[in-house]
Amino acid sequence: MSRYIARRLLQMVATFIGTTFIVYALMFAYTNDPLQALAGERPVTEAQRRVMTERYHLDEPFLVQYGYYMKGLVTGDFGQSLTGREISEMLATAWPVTAKLALLAICFVIIFGVSGGVVAGLRRGGFFDTASLGLTLIFISVPIIVIAPLAQYLFGVKWHLFPITTGANPSFHALLLPAMVLGALSLATNMRLTRTSVAENLRADYVRTARAKGLSRRRVVGIHVVRNSMIPVVTSIGVDLGTLMGGAIVTEGVFNIPGVGFNLLRGIRTEDGPVVVGFVSVLVMVYLITSLVVDLLYAVLDPRIRYE
Amino acid sequence: MADIITTKDPSIEVLPNLDSTAQLLDVRDLHVEFRTQAGVAHAVRGVNLTLNPGETLAVLGESGCGKSVTAQAIMGILDTPPGYVTKGEVLYRGVDLLKLSERERRRVRGNRIAMIFQDALSALNPVFSVGFQLAEQFRVHRGLSRAEARKRAIEQLDLVKIPAARQRINDYPHQFSGGMRQRVMIAMALALDPEILIADEPTTALDVTVQAQIMRLLAELQAERNMGLILITHDMGVVADVADRISVMYAGRVVEEAPVHDIYSRPAHPYTKALLESIPRVDLKGQELKVIKGLPPNLMAIPPGCAFSPRCPMAQDECRRDPLPPNYEVEPGRHSACHFWRDVVRD
Amino acid sequence: MSDTALAPSSTALNGENGKVDKPRSLFSDAMRDLRRRPVFWIGLAVVLLVVLMAAFPSLFTSADPRHCVLARQHEPPSGVAYFGYDFQGCDVFARAVHGARTSLVVGFIGVAVATVLALVIGMTAGYFGGWIDSLLSRIIDIVLGVPFLLAGVVLATRLSQGGRSTNVVPVILVLGLLGWTTAARVIRSSVIAAKNQDYVTAARMLGASSARIIWRHILPNALAPTVVVLTIALGGFITTEATLSFLGVGLRDPAISWGIDISNATRYIRLAFLPLFAPASFLAITVLGFIMLGDAIRDAFDPKLR
Repeated sequence: MSRYIARRLLQMVATFIGTTFIVYALMFAYTNDPLQALAGERPVTEAQRRVMTERYHLDEPFLVQYGYYMKGLVTGDFGQSLTGREISEMLATAWPVTAKLALLAICFVIIFGVSGGVVAGLRRGGFFDTASLGLTLIFISVPIIVIAPLAQYLFGVKWHLFPITTGANPSFHALLLPAMVLGALSLATNMRLTRTSVAENLRADYVRTARAKGLSRRRVVGIHVVRNSMIPVVTSIGVDLGTLMGGAIVTEGVFNIPGVGFNLLRGIRTEDGPVVVGFVSVLVMVYLITSLVVDLLYAVLDPRIRYE
Repeated sequence: MADIITTKDPSIEVLPNLDSTAQLLDVRDLHVEFRTQAGVAHAVRGVNLTLNPGETLAVLGESGCGKSVTAQAIMGILDTPPGYVTKGEVLYRGVDLLKLSERERRRVRGNRIAMIFQDALSALNPVFSVGFQLAEQFRVHRGLSRAEARKRAIEQLDLVKIPAARQRINDYPHQFSGGMRQRVMIAMALALDPEILIADEPTTALDVTVQAQIMRLLAELQAERNMGLILITHDMGVVADVADRISVMYAGRVVEEAPVHDIYSRPAHPYTKALLESIPRVDLKGQELKVIKGLPPNLMAIPPGCAFSPRCPMAQDECRRDPLPPNYEVEPGRHSACHFWRDVVRD
Repeated sequence: MSDTALAPSSTALNGENGKVDKPRSLFSDAMRDLRRRPVFWIGLAVVLLVVLMAAFPSLFTSADPRHCVLARQHEPPSGVAYFGYDFQGCDVFARAVHGARTSLVVGFIGVAVATVLALVIGMTAGYFGGWIDSLLSRIIDIVLGVPFLLAGVVLATRLSQGGRSTNVVPVILVLGLLGWTTAARVIRSSVIAAKNQDYVTAARMLGASSARIIWRHILPNALAPTVVVLTIALGGFITTEATLSFLGVGLRDPAISWGIDISNATRYIRLAFLPLFAPASFLAITVLGFIMLGDAIRDAFDPKLR
């Protein structure tokens, strides 16, 4: 098992290097005037040129530049944004907000999605099941750029249940609506997955054995079936954490939440190369780590999977 | 005869009005049907079975003849819907199990009447250790503590001759070989010392040598406890060594019931005879294998009269008409559901 | 040597072998099943409607989506403009109708690009195995190492630098370059499964070249799951284009895209709801249609659900 972890860590590093290289290359390479690319739309003076050339090692080959950048990354130095702010400081302020938002979203997924899926799976073909299938289809299909503004309009503007936008330090209440919007897709997908998993496991042979042992239905379902059904669901939720980060860009934009996604989007719009690369690198790292944790969790939950 | 009240743990009382002098198991005129969108399938159409302590009853028949359904109806683990017991009685020591509440039935299930299944790999829960699944019986039915239950679980593994029981108690089902897994299932079934064990094709998924080991184990355990054993199978070879009596089933009915030697030497029903003839025999090498022509009937549209008549070489008009052939008594303790059983016996 | 004896299960979508009498069991079964599903018909109806709207927008509206009069800002609906006017004074309904063409064109071409990439990479990886497979799988992992939208945003920004904003090529490239991975994996698995079939071994022993084996035996097997994946992906691609445009990194003015309209309308949401509602519902219904269609096709072709 430890060999598997070691191998996965190596893969992670390789993927991380590969991805950050691509992002870095995208933002900085092959531009006629790299300085201009760094500066975005602002004009650059001679003096600035000299300083920036030195600072960013622009007189050296591209790969060396990348090397310097990676070295900085590893030591926690993300450099500065084009507006002069320390990127690591920007990250430090933005992360807690996004983390809260994401965790809240996952809570929704688990509380409503998974338990809803269990109920639907137990009563296949019942009213709740059919209704939830229809509802989840809508949430899976309708894009988040539709759900977010619509939710904002209905629950914020029209019915005044939630604030329309959150402030700099959003309260728990203010984060509820964005979290529900952010988690909607994941909730729908995982409710369906739970439903299928539970329905399949209910028909399994070991359920027949458990009943033949004289166990109560509550125990058969609550312990035997649920334990088996949760395996694919847990891993799916872990994977969704990655997609949540994509959705966060939109959600934070619509509700004006000053988190990672919001800052990233602003960096993209202002063509702030260092910010984009820095933020994306961190997000990639988070995603890779969650992937690894999810895989390990899978091995913990399912004893048939023991990695070599 | 096992005294069910005194030798078992008195802390969990079972059913109050069990009659220790009544027959161990008496199934009378059991009818089970499956109601589906495509129609109603009559899986069991009037089955009678009896069982005494220490006795092994083999229930023999092709796939789909209703033997598993009968067993599940006895245990009370039919999938309802779509399965429904529409008629009959299942008397365990004089108490009709079908009339009990689900709660009362649960106290019998796994506790007094136990069942083991064909494929131990899928029949055991893959995510719980073998120890957990064994100990569960002690904890749920007997109220033992975790530690106590674990100790008893190890004893059970020893009982079925699994080596290094103390270590293997923490292993998962997929870490055992096929034969070992089946032993685990047997250990789990016998944990609470049931009076009846129903074994639904316990060796079909195993290698031949392992089959023999498992059957021997079952026989030993049964003798030790004077337990009644119902062995469900389609394999006539397995049955010969182990069974005391055989009930042959076809299309939801018992067509012949007899002590084992009599069935092999002088079958009293055309179906039994055909089954015996279809067993490949070394001394008939070079000859064509005999098969029973045709297929079992569609359970949703069973023809009137004897269900075997379309395939029976001796069928007459009377056979193809209702009423169904009754259980003629061939000898005391021997029945055959064929109008012309005398002709069959004579050959 | 005729292929009938060699290819018992590659009958799924092997349309070109009309002259050979193959048992087309899976395909015809699936088609019959498909016809019975209401989800299929609803999805198909929606998709056809949207395609019609994209091909002939003048059937639905005679207004010019680019004719915007600022004085008409946020005017309510009328007999001429069913959804009123947006913040720039453009006809909301007209813009929504014309937006269909953009979405469909981008979506289809993006899917085409992704399909080609997925087929090439998936089949190469699956068929040749070994280090080629490892390398390609590693590449797939890297591309998947970033959440789709994140990578899309970065890539889109870079590709559209240079200001040719009406050009749909950058967005199509983003969709194609990033969206092939799932399909590639599916293709790879079906290729590996097909490769191990006996009839492929037999063909190879008879001297068939790799190319012929791939074309005749492996490709048909990979086709069915690919069609399913891509139909569903089409809905996703349309969503992605809209999202990228919404974020300002996809299509920009003066291109007409639902994403742009939604983004603009969100800014003025306290003033008017319809400029949001029209493009939003058009987008939602279109995507729903494709997903329903894809779902129905997948369920019909899934042998396990028989």
